[in-house]
Amino acid sequence: MEKIYTKAQKECELIKAQPETIQFLLNYSKSLKVTEAKGIKFESNLN
Amino acid sequence: MAPQVNDSLLVKQFIDGDERALEALINKHNKRINGFIYSKVGDREVTEDIFQDTFMKVIRTLKRGAYNEEGKFLPWVMRIAHNLIIDHFRKTNRMPKFDGSDSYSIFSMIGDDKLNIEKQLIKDQIDSEISLLIKELPLDQQEVLQMRIYKDMSFKEISDNTGVSINTALGRMRYALINLRKIIEEHNIVLTN
Repeated sequence: MEKIYTKAQKECELIKAQPETIQFLLNYSKSLKVTEAKGIKFESNLN
Repeated sequence: MAPQVNDSLLVKQFIDGDERALEALINKHNKRINGFIYSKVGDREVTEDIFQDTFMKVIRTLKRGAYNEEGKFLPWVMRIAHNLIIDHFRKTNRMPKFDGSDSYSIFSMIGDDKLNIEKQLIKDQIDSEISLLIKELPLDQQEVLQMRIYKDMSFKEISDNTGVSINTALGRMRYALINLRKIIEEHNIVLTN
């Protein structure tokens, strides 16, 4: 009997963000500093 | 503990400087937010981009201390994602996307409407042959056909100019075309472009 080489697909697999994207966001967060001077907020990104 | 309370606790921890709280928030809502974005845009790469932009905005807002929707973290993030999805569609509608694949040719976008030299020669030849064929038609049909096709006159104008009714002009045009086809078929003339 012939073999069937198809693989059952996972149904309804929810997509999620790549680990690299999450890592980028965490790094972005760590590097982002908000400083306030005279009521104005400044953002600085220190990579 | 209800998830909303967890979220507000994590948000508070993050605002207080605990970066791990952000990771927990992202992982917790990763699938839900991605699923929401993907359901609207239907493209994994665009989903990834919008997800990233959404959380960049979340991070900035939290760090600036501008977040004031305690206990409603997820709906707030979803609203940011929703707005970014709208922005995405506005941008893509204004600027059509070209993916640079083999099937895409720049010439299909910048080509003009003019025929190339070869096609122009063929067209000129066909035009001159048709004008010869028209001369084979009865005079009244020739007259209507020339006014309609070459002078772009309406049947009302043709009727006024020739002194016949619109229906007669229509009939003459119809017979002119039938007779032209007949002549072409009888002489096995091939007209193509």
